[in-house]
Amino acid sequence: MTVLVLAEQTGGQPDELSLQAVAFARSLFPDRPVHALLVGEAQAVAAAASLPVATAYVAEVEGSYAPAAWATAAAELLDRLQADSLIAPGSDRGNEVLAHVACRLDLPFAANCVAATPGEPIRLTRVRWGGSLLEEALLHAPITILSVAPHAVAASPPGRPQAVETFQPALAAADLAVRVVGRVEPAGTGVSLAEAKVVVSGGRGVGSAEGFAVIEELASLLGGAVGCSRAVTSAGWRPHRDQVGQTGTKIAPDLYIACGISGATQHMAGCKGAKRILAINSDPEAPILASADYAVIGDLHEIVPAISAEIRRVQGR
Amino acid sequence: MRVLVCVKRVPMTGGRIVLTPDQREIETRHLGFTVSPHEECAVEEAVRLIETHGGESVVLTLGPPQAEEQLRDAMAIGVDRAIHLVTDGEEWDPQATAAAIVEAIEVERRVGGDFDLYLFGNESADAGNYQVGIRVAYSLGLPVVTGVKALAVEGDRLRLEREAGAARDLYEVPLPAVVTVLEGINLPRYPSVPGRMRAQRKPIASSTPVRPTPRLEKVRLVVPESQRKEAEILGHGPQAAPRVVELLAELGVLP
Repeated sequence: MTVLVLAEQTGGQPDELSLQAVAFARSLFPDRPVHALLVGEAQAVAAAASLPVATAYVAEVEGSYAPAAWATAAAELLDRLQADSLIAPGSDRGNEVLAHVACRLDLPFAANCVAATPGEPIRLTRVRWGGSLLEEALLHAPITILSVAPHAVAASPPGRPQAVETFQPALAAADLAVRVVGRVEPAGTGVSLAEAKVVVSGGRGVGSAEGFAVIEELASLLGGAVGCSRAVTSAGWRPHRDQVGQTGTKIAPDLYIACGISGATQHMAGCKGAKRILAINSDPEAPILASADYAVIGDLHEIVPAISAEIRRVQGR
Repeated sequence: MRVLVCVKRVPMTGGRIVLTPDQREIETRHLGFTVSPHEECAVEEAVRLIETHGGESVVLTLGPPQAEEQLRDAMAIGVDRAIHLVTDGEEWDPQATAAAIVEAIEVERRVGGDFDLYLFGNESADAGNYQVGIRVAYSLGLPVVTGVKALAVEGDRLRLEREAGAARDLYEVPLPAVVTVLEGINLPRYPSVPGRMRAQRKPIASSTPVRPTPRLEKVRLVVPESQRKEAEILGHGPQAAPRVVELLAELGVLP
């Protein structure tokens, strides 16, 4: 039996999460051939040459992303290879396309798995609550359809496939009814929350929209981005694009400075990728202290300006 | 227009998740309940659409008897009526959930006509299966767009935006359609006291579907091994500032 990995690419290279999905598939089924599928045009063909799999298939679909077309290509190839597993990265598109395939084939689909054990049924562990909880589950299905939670396994290094093969999937008009028809480029400039090396974030403890002035000042001095908790966006103090959390942005800065943030699971799901966490909180019992590397106890409205002043002093600014 | 919005009752987990002794559920004795954040925004979007275009909004949930609380919350901010598919509290897998929702929609179609728009959250806060909206769309033979952060009705079409890195992808689909939304599409309002009183008088149609055998079968829940840390206390109050700046220098984050 064979395994098919649905892969995505950026600029003609397989993306990191797709190489993680390949690694997951190879460790789950070490004795079986693992094939991959890319959907697209020239860039997909280029990326196929860097996938460390048996055969890298490219379904030639012109134009922009269309989830149902990707699903048709995957379902067609699954059938042709008589594959019994379809694995994708737990990305927006990976999860979306696998759900479409599962609907076509009337099969269950397990999203965001971190581990799996072959067998009938297959036993798997998947992420709940944005990673704050794990679920052990059984998948009862003749074909295993699962996505791999981001960063659950190390990526396979890029490598050459034994073969690259292109094909034209038999698309129906309905497969292209929903597709990307345009793009809106971001208006904002400045450091993006997702890519900032330092994020200075405020929670309910900041107290008001105006209270964020001290957070902004420190972020600016450190060349970092401003973040906030869900309590803050719900109160309307900051826009949702600043929210760090399970339903906001997931960040991985070198340093996360969390000011007046209690540390609810919703929030921690967004910042657990931070290398270091410094909590500034008036409550020494706040849950965030259990996830922080460093803490300063006290009123953020006194402490944060004092840090900014000290940075100016040492830098002679 | 007519809008159906689907929600799921979930606990407000707070700072630390504790499981029941059988490890099948979260211990909720001391927790409040809400709907998933994406769904709060789906409800708000439904109410705004009806305020703008006129028509009727309906909220649907599959959940235990106590989920009536979440249906009343949605009606308190302006949803007109509710459909409650009552369960015994046992979780349904996503295929079974979608099938029960489709059956309820078919019943609506027989008595009240079709919906123009079906709104879902992109994924539930707890199970995070990322598929119920898509499954419902397939069963109904409708187009579906997921992860939507902006929605506009233009005649008999929808214009939708979905984040793609720092940019946004645009989609256009004809109505009727299924859309799954993300938090941030709007800022949900808080219910008013008169809104809460009106919600008590709004109708809820209840039925009790039978749970099929799950094909994605939950065995047990596990709290991940905590990387519980002993935070190094750098100091108390503004006097700690010099020590903090030393640390920033040590970590190499001072520009």
